[in-house]
Amino acid sequence: MAQEEQSSRSIYTDIDDAGSDEEINKWQRTFRLWRETLKEHWGLLTDELSVKLSMLVVAGFMLIAIFAPFIATHQPLQRQYQGEAGIIIEDWVEPSLLGADTEYLLGTTAEGFDIFSQLIYGTRAALLVGLVAAIFTAGIGTLVGLVAGYYGGKVDDALMRIVDFLYGMPLLPTVIVLVAVLGPDLWNIILALIVLQWRSTARVIRSQSLSLRERPFVKAAEVAGAGDWHIISRHLAPNVLPMTFLYGSFGIAWAILAEAGISFIGLGDPNTVSWGTMLQASRAYSALSFGAWWWFVPPGICIGLLVISGFLIGRGYEEITNPKLQ
Amino acid sequence: MSANNVLLEVDDLKKHFKVNQGWIASLMESFGSGEPDYVHAVDGVSFELREGETLGLAGESGCGKTTTGMSLVKLHEPTAGDIIYDDKRLSEASDAEIKQFRQNAQMIFQDPFESLNPRMTVYDTVAEPLRIHDIPNETARVQRALEFAELLPAEHYFDQYPHELSGGQRQRVAIARALVLDPDFIVADEPVSMLDVSLRAGVLSLLDRMTEEFGLSVVYISHDLSLLRHMCDRLAIMYMGKIVEKGPTDQIIENPQHPYTQSLINAVPVPDPAVGRERVELQGEVGDVIDIPSGCRFKNRCSEYIGDVCDQVVPPLEQKTEFEQDVACHLYESAEGYDPYEEMGGSPSAAETGEGAESTPADD
Repeated sequence: MAQEEQSSRSIYTDIDDAGSDEEINKWQRTFRLWRETLKEHWGLLTDELSVKLSMLVVAGFMLIAIFAPFIATHQPLQRQYQGEAGIIIEDWVEPSLLGADTEYLLGTTAEGFDIFSQLIYGTRAALLVGLVAAIFTAGIGTLVGLVAGYYGGKVDDALMRIVDFLYGMPLLPTVIVLVAVLGPDLWNIILALIVLQWRSTARVIRSQSLSLRERPFVKAAEVAGAGDWHIISRHLAPNVLPMTFLYGSFGIAWAILAEAGISFIGLGDPNTVSWGTMLQASRAYSALSFGAWWWFVPPGICIGLLVISGFLIGRGYEEITNPKLQ
Repeated sequence: MSANNVLLEVDDLKKHFKVNQGWIASLMESFGSGEPDYVHAVDGVSFELREGETLGLAGESGCGKTTTGMSLVKLHEPTAGDIIYDDKRLSEASDAEIKQFRQNAQMIFQDPFESLNPRMTVYDTVAEPLRIHDIPNETARVQRALEFAELLPAEHYFDQYPHELSGGQRQRVAIARALVLDPDFIVADEPVSMLDVSLRAGVLSLLDRMTEEFGLSVVYISHDLSLLRHMCDRLAIMYMGKIVEKGPTDQIIENPQHPYTQSLINAVPVPDPAVGRERVELQGEVGDVIDIPSGCRFKNRCSEYIGDVCDQVVPPLEQKTEFEQDVACHLYESAEGYDPYEEMGGSPSAAETGEGAESTPADD
C-alpha cells in the first residue's frame, strides 16, 4: 500500500475523479434514526406500569377535551333554571349519580350550572394552559440556556442576571399582579406563567451546555470548521433535549396547578370554565358548609389526577435520561 | 521525511489564560485597581513542522503541550506570536483562508469516550466535516475513511452509536473523522493513552500507516517517551510553557542534554531488572505558572544548578557547540556566541565560580 503514496497523496483521488453513484439519502436516514430513537425511548417509557397508567389518564383527558361538546350534556355557563325573582338561586340539585331524580349527572351548582358539563369543559382549559405554558417555558428556557451556556462571558452574564431577577419573584403573587394588571383572561394567565417559569429550565440547560461545550466532541467540530449555529444545533441541542422534555412534562403539571390556584383566588377568566374557577365558585357559595361536596370534589380529583400523571410521566422519563435514578 | 518543505511554522507562540476572579474583580480591574493574573500555559514556543514529518511534544502534565497542540489547530487564539501555514500568517488570514486551514488541520483527542458525540451515529460523525466544507461524494468518502481506519465492513458501523463501540473502535472512528477531509497535518493529543494496552499497538500501527500513506505531518503530544521514540522523527521537550530541548528523536533519547530531559528519560522504566542505572529523581513540583520565576524555569528542581546565571537570565533555546539538538540551558556554550553573563550586568566572577563548580570543562 505504501507505493500508492508516490502516485497520489490522497486515498480519495479516485472518488473525486470518478464521482460515486451511491449516496445515502440524508433525509431518509435522519428520519429513520429519529424513528428508531423515539421507538426505543417509547419502549423504555411504557415499560413501567405507573407511566403507562399516567399516559392512559392523560390520553383520556385529551379525548375528553377534544370531544367536549359531544360529551357535555349542557352548556357549562348556561343557567339551568331561574329563581323566583330571577335572581341568583342559592339552591343546588343533587347528582343523579347518587340516585336523585334529575337530569344532572353530577348535580348543579348554586348558580344553576351543570357540574358535569363544567367539568368536561374545564378539561379544555387545564390542558390548554398546561400544554401551551409547558411548550413555551421549555422552548424559551432551552434556547436561552443553550445561548448562555455556549457563548458564555457577557452574554451568559446578561441572560443569567435576567434569570436571577426572575428567581427573585415569587411565582403566585407575581402571576396575580400580572393578571390583575393585564386583565383576567386565560391567555394572560398563560403568558404570566411563561414569563416566570422559563427561568428554571434556562438554568439547568445552561449548566448542561456549559459542560457540553468543553467536551472534546465539540472541540472536534470546531477543528473541522463548524460554526456556532452548527455546534449549538447538532452537538448541544440533541444532548440537552431529554432534559428539555423532562422540564416540559413537569411544566405541564406546574402550569395546571398554578392556573387552578390563580382561579381559586378569584383572578381566573370569568368567561371560561376551568377546574380552578369551579373550586372558587364552590368556596364563594360555601358549598363545604352546606355539605354540597359534589360541587368541589370532582374538579379537585381531576386536578390531582392530571398533575400526578404529569409528574409520573416526567419522573419515568427522568429515569431514562438519568439511569442513576433507577 | 519525504521533503524538507516547511508546512507549518510556529513563531514565538504564547497563550496566557486569564485567571477568573468573578465579575466583581473584573469590574474593579476595569476601574484600574488591581491587575489580572494570567496562567502562562504556553510562553514563547517556536518550531517548524515539515511536510511528511512527525514531531513529538513531550513533557509532564501542565507543561502546556496540549495548549500548544490546540493552538496549532486554532482552538485557541494565541495571546502573542503567530502560526504560519503555507506562507500565510494565520492572524492576518482572511475567512476563506481560515476555512482552507480548517480543512487541512485536524486533531485527534485523548479520550475516545468524550470525543464522539453520544447522539450521533458513526456515519454522521465522520461525515460532519464533509458537510461543513460542502465536499461531494459523502458516502464514498466516509466509507473509504472507515475502511482505512480498519473498521470493516464499513457499512456495518454506519448506524452504530458510540456507546455500542469499544474504546479502540471509537478511537478509529475519531481517526477516520480526522482523515476524511484529507488534511495536511494532524495534531494527535495522547492518541492511545486512554486505550487498553492490548489495543494500543493496533491504533499505533494505524497512525503509522496514516503518516505514510497520506504523506501527513503529525504532531504527537504525549508524556510517553517510548511511544514518541517509536512514532516521531523529531522531538521537542516542554517545561512550563517553553521548549527546553528540541532535535532529532534518536539524538534526544540517546544523548539528552538538558537536565530536565535527562531526568524524564531516566524515569522511563527499562524492562530488565538486571539493568542498574543511576536514577536522577526529580525533586519538587512544577513551578508557579501564574507568577513565573525569573531566569530559568527549571532552576529549583535542577540537579546542575550553577548559580546566579540560572536565577537571572532566561536561557534561550539555541544551537549549542557540542551537539545536534537545540537546548535551552546555560550549561552549554552557544554556537551563535550568545553570552548569558553579559545580561547579568557584568559580574564575570559569579560566572566563573558557577562554572568552576560544574564538570563541563569544554565550556571554557
